[in-house]
Amino acid sequence: MGLVELMPQNMVAVTRPSIINDFSLVAATANGTGSQTANLTILRALFKMGIPVNGKNIFPSNIQGLPTWYHIRVSKDGYIARRHTSEILLAFNQATVAEDIKNLPPGGVCLVNADWRNIPQRDDVTMYAIPVNQFVKETGTTGKQKDYVANMVYVGAAAQLLGIPLEKIEEALSFHFSGKRKLIDLNLNVVKAAHAWTAEQILKSDPYSVEPMNETEGLILMTGNEAAGLGSVFGGVTFAAWYPITPSTSLIDALNEYLPQLRRDPETGEHHYVVVQAEDELAAIGMLLGAGWAGARAMTATSGPGISLMAEFAGLGYFAEIPAVIWDIQRVGPSTGLPTRTGQGDVTFVYYLGHGDTKNVILFPSTIKECFEFGTTAHNLADQLQTPVFVLSDLDLGMNNWMSEPFDYPAEPIQRGKVLRGDEIPLDWGRYVDVDGDGVGYRTLPGDENWRSAWFARGTGHNARATYSERPSDWHENMERLRRKFDTARDMVPGPVIDEVEEAEIGIIAYGTTRYAIEEARDRLAADGVKTSFMRLRALPVNEAVRDFIRRYKQVYVIEMNRDGQMHAILQTEAPELATRLISLAYLDGMPLTARWVVEAISKQ
Amino acid sequence: MGTRREPHTNLIGLAKVDYNGSPTTLCQGCGHNSIASQVIQVAFELSVKPHEIIKLSGIGCSSKSPAYFLGQSHGLNGLHGRMPSLATGALLANHQLRGIGVSGDGDTASIGLGQFKHLLRRNVRLVYIVENNGVYGLTKGQFSATADEGQALKYAGVNELPPIDICMEAVIAGCGFVARSFSGDAKQVRELLKAALSHRGTAVLDIISPCVAFNNHDTSTKSYGYGKDHEAPLHDFGWVPPAEEIEIAEYDPGEMRVVEMHDGSHIQLRKLEEDYDPTDKLGALHRLQWAQEQQEFITGLIYYDPERPSLAEVSRLTDTPLALLDAEKIRPSAQALAEIMAGLQ
Repeated sequence: MGLVELMPQNMVAVTRPSIINDFSLVAATANGTGSQTANLTILRALFKMGIPVNGKNIFPSNIQGLPTWYHIRVSKDGYIARRHTSEILLAFNQATVAEDIKNLPPGGVCLVNADWRNIPQRDDVTMYAIPVNQFVKETGTTGKQKDYVANMVYVGAAAQLLGIPLEKIEEALSFHFSGKRKLIDLNLNVVKAAHAWTAEQILKSDPYSVEPMNETEGLILMTGNEAAGLGSVFGGVTFAAWYPITPSTSLIDALNEYLPQLRRDPETGEHHYVVVQAEDELAAIGMLLGAGWAGARAMTATSGPGISLMAEFAGLGYFAEIPAVIWDIQRVGPSTGLPTRTGQGDVTFVYYLGHGDTKNVILFPSTIKECFEFGTTAHNLADQLQTPVFVLSDLDLGMNNWMSEPFDYPAEPIQRGKVLRGDEIPLDWGRYVDVDGDGVGYRTLPGDENWRSAWFARGTGHNARATYSERPSDWHENMERLRRKFDTARDMVPGPVIDEVEEAEIGIIAYGTTRYAIEEARDRLAADGVKTSFMRLRALPVNEAVRDFIRRYKQVYVIEMNRDGQMHAILQTEAPELATRLISLAYLDGMPLTARWVVEAISKQ
Repeated sequence: MGTRREPHTNLIGLAKVDYNGSPTTLCQGCGHNSIASQVIQVAFELSVKPHEIIKLSGIGCSSKSPAYFLGQSHGLNGLHGRMPSLATGALLANHQLRGIGVSGDGDTASIGLGQFKHLLRRNVRLVYIVENNGVYGLTKGQFSATADEGQALKYAGVNELPPIDICMEAVIAGCGFVARSFSGDAKQVRELLKAALSHRGTAVLDIISPCVAFNNHDTSTKSYGYGKDHEAPLHDFGWVPPAEEIEIAEYDPGEMRVVEMHDGSHIQLRKLEEDYDPTDKLGALHRLQWAQEQQEFITGLIYYDPERPSLAEVSRLTDTPLALLDAEKIRPSAQALAEIMAGLQ
């Protein structure tokens, strides 16, 4: 199939206004073929050109063979939310090519493998066909290597068509392969060959291209899970226990990468940390509570099904008052659900995790920088409040690459909370005595030589001296103190980030990664004369600032990625007198939210 | 007048009463109380520093007992069947501590079997006592997974299923110190406890501890009567502390087996009716299987392997426990962060 045959005749003659640095591109490939290297190469090359970008991997729960789509948003205006449609398709998965081409918007562009038969045609789409097999043959590669090489063919062709300089591709490859020349060259040679062929054989007739900008200088590109792992290393984690589960595993991978680099004794090489792969999530949180009780800074990373297994231990941590940090990289449930898709469906479950009267502190990062910072904040809060602290990230933030200012060295010192040692332990010390009126007692650690330090941590009913008690008044007083402690948490956790707009009549509340779609939607609404104010929650429990915000607007939309409006329900109980102002806009299909959905959802009201 | 009195204080100046816990709330005559008494006696005799011990347990009658000994040691009473994970975390967070965990047959052989096996696989330095009575006490008399096949109980009916042998499970899981004893045999329990405290990894003591309320009738192999009549020690077990000399000369070498422990102490095994070699893993499994088939109540050190390092050892930890590291040890420098950030641009 030749190039000319593929080119829609009506397109050739038409000159369209060029569209620079403002489009979405999707690479359709098969899982496990090394396409992630190719996708990240394009993403990082664009980033190195100074153009705001975001990449989202829409991948299957599979090791090899099922379709994968990698979405790259290129936005001169800095919008990095997902869009409903992508204008440019790199169609390199034969199994999905028909559907992928069908999904292109009119005026879209398709780069496709010329060696395939029966490629569907569309008159309103620009088709470019690349003879992939020819390049693969030329390299002399065989077996699985062929797939890897084939992916680099589309990198070269796309670079030529969009105008990505080859030196930026080389920089990206060099980053990816950590400077290993042989690997860089192997891939770069394929890219160059495809680039040269495309320049010679293809007449560009679509309007999309890129041009260098200066918007990413000094920025970093990283995944949320890597940032969280790094942040935890700087936050003083000493103990991690975990069980592999998508999409949290790469957070522990980051710990295993950074801890040996940064937290060994420089002289002896001995470790100032330990990471244990547990037999399940239940054992993982058990180890955390054992370690936290003994005085370590203990953490785990998991996702919905793991959280389900942790429920009973979460209650013990809450009730025996043991610090621990649990990162929940949310995927889509219930049950196994969609393990490789994103959502915000664990909010109410985690908030109340544990039977009986239980409430947990939750942090909601929305950027990789917050992932890094919460590495310290979560451990400090856990130690200061003597309770398990949860951090709810999601697959989109955790596993995808995001631009960010470089992370600042933590301003927050390492806080160990109220720990008494040796002679500091007063004669009349009792573990759960509320000396300061904030609901937080003073604890001691095992191993303290002062005999007064000993106490018995337990999940059974106890009095202020940690002695077993079934007395009604002891139970009631203890639970009231725990409520007081939770109220103390309200002003200790990171407060909401509020963007108040004058004369706005609509308030929007959200948390986590929905912010990107919301920020873009607010600009569009503002362009149509609809002013909105925005409050982004960064933690539960909420404080007075949150209620004040709700009080100021007659309509407050709570936007989130789940079915039932979980945060909406929590806010209604937190501010019952304002409950009727809160309107739930909740939606979940496994994909990151888009600005279009937000605009439509608000406009429908 | 002329009566022998125990010394009032031990080498570190503590009296036996200093090793007491709260008064027991278990039934009078419960085997578990006797075991708690032996823990107190052993800690006193060995001059154990209470702050160097942590006590852990799951849920059940057995798991209440850590409250009844070593009141000057920190304790953690966790969830049903989940003591192993708590112990793993605590003993990595502070590897200078020694753990004494108390569990039961429900806690270990049913709800906690998975964690039990993985604890042993990791070889956490913990004395793991199973107070095994074959029955659920707090929920009033259901069979546990260690109950005898064919046994009848008043409310539970007849147990049609074969028992899980905790010692066999321990040997298979790679545990290096597996013993069985009887709460009615105080001397053996004490000697085994002493040796267990010297072991570098997990030491499992499966102690048959009769339930006087629900499972102490003569048809039960977990009863006092059965235990007294049928206990068949594999050897006369003794433990000799590191500093003391072993007077082996007074025994016929064929009669006595001496094994050195990791901390320089010694185990002495005096041959009884059979010549049993506790360092032979397959032999141990074979003997346990045979005992189960014949309903023999063998006691003593069933399997011993001092070679496997503990989890803390393989984790290459610094001497200072993780729990006590200073802030500057657990937060890398600003320079280190700057270098990482530069590499990500």
